[in-house]
Amino acid sequence: MSDVCIIGAGIHPFGRTDGMTGLQQGVFAARQALEDSGVEWSEVEIAYGGSSAAGNADIMVNDLGLTGVPFINVANGCATGGSALFGAFSAIKAGQAEIALAVGFDKHPRGAFDPKPADWGLPDWYGETGLMLTTQFFALKLRRYMEQFGISARTLGLVAEKAFENGALAPHSWRKQPVDLDTILNSQMVNDPLTKFMFCSPAEGAVALVLASERKARELGAKAVKLKTATVRTRPPGSFEVFSPGLDIERGPSPTVIASRAAFQAAGIGPEDVDVAQLQDTESGAEIMHMAENGFCADGEQEQWLAEGRTKIGGRLPVNTDGGCLACGEPIGASGLRQVYENVVQLQGRAGARQVEGAKVGYSHVYGAPGLSAVTVLER
Amino acid sequence: MEPIAPDLFTLDGGEPALLGGRDRATGRIVFPLPADRDRFEPVALPREGRIWSWTVQRFRPKSPPYTGPEDFTPYAIAYVELPGAVIVEARLTGFDHGQLKVGLPCRLVVEPFAGKASYAFAPLESAHV
Repeated sequence: MSDVCIIGAGIHPFGRTDGMTGLQQGVFAARQALEDSGVEWSEVEIAYGGSSAAGNADIMVNDLGLTGVPFINVANGCATGGSALFGAFSAIKAGQAEIALAVGFDKHPRGAFDPKPADWGLPDWYGETGLMLTTQFFALKLRRYMEQFGISARTLGLVAEKAFENGALAPHSWRKQPVDLDTILNSQMVNDPLTKFMFCSPAEGAVALVLASERKARELGAKAVKLKTATVRTRPPGSFEVFSPGLDIERGPSPTVIASRAAFQAAGIGPEDVDVAQLQDTESGAEIMHMAENGFCADGEQEQWLAEGRTKIGGRLPVNTDGGCLACGEPIGASGLRQVYENVVQLQGRAGARQVEGAKVGYSHVYGAPGLSAVTVLER
Repeated sequence: MEPIAPDLFTLDGGEPALLGGRDRATGRIVFPLPADRDRFEPVALPREGRIWSWTVQRFRPKSPPYTGPEDFTPYAIAYVELPGAVIVEARLTGFDHGQLKVGLPCRLVVEPFAGKASYAFAPLESAHV
């Protein structure tokens, strides 16, 4: 089995881009990634891509070129990008291809997501009575966690404050203005305990990555970052998932916990070896809970970590160095790949003002409905 | 009043109860009652429980699928642990939003929602759960 490298990374800035479809943003990112890698589209042997609300990725061949390349469309909720990467990674690992492309893009209307119950195997009454909102799930999972492990509202605010600080330093972010802690804590309550500034918003954007076997990367002389693992797991029994009318009383681990463990095992490292981490932060509490679910700290330790600034750039483990979903917004199909893009940039030492000095190992984690997580480990 | 969905709750026995499904093989109880009756046996869930987690919905959900009134008032929702059975998601009714906390006892009520009969959990004054 071949080792896998990322040899090119491209991004279309996140936020709102009027006059450009999600798909066009995807093509933009793909072209930039190809240029960054130095390979031509005609050399790509397999492609995986997806969006949640902006169309089929394989239509891109109209713009990129009709090379006959197999192009697989991926639809995996918020983990769509992570799953596209998993496909590209597996194809190279298996020796099916030497060069592969993973692309994720999206463009959502303003306002909260409005999923249809039937698409999720749920009865209509669940949506009709106002129980089927992602923001409620985040709040409900978080409230329980805060009660159990003593997390304060102030800590939620510190996560958001850090996100906007970092976002202001990232060229591809959406929110460029730092927001102070008091403003975050006193902004409009959306779903208690989460205020407006603690939530990410549906947005637009695209990311593409060019992958190659280690042999091919060497042959090309590419500035490669090793993709040690791309691991995807669906939910185990007793996990707490979005869109759940009922939960088992006997609680179990989350899909993140099992994906993270498997990823660390596959990469042959532990959480203590990670220099920079991108953890899904669809709201501030998600970042807090995902710090523990991914094994970086024990439940409840986040209170101290945030108070001491350990997850800031310059801290012991910088988390979401480009501001994460909070500052970049959430284009569902692209977010998971944005995290990997950010780690590539960090590991190559070209993150400018948000650079984590000496970063050698980058970790990314994305969670998607109805209960799956995708984790990657990058190493230079 | 017509129930918002068939087999969501039962009024047999005078007091309302949500309907869950007991997995005939494992005994695991799920909510709502799945259509697969070969696997899941209908079971009336406990009428009283405790708030396991809660939030307040402070913006109007999009329609569709939401069928609540255009004129929006924030509403509380919770996961309610029904002892020995399952944790169910529900709207809360009759609670002061400022007083909500994990562990509060509550009981099932059936009340109108958008012209149909739906379910919610109301405060249980005497905590004998």
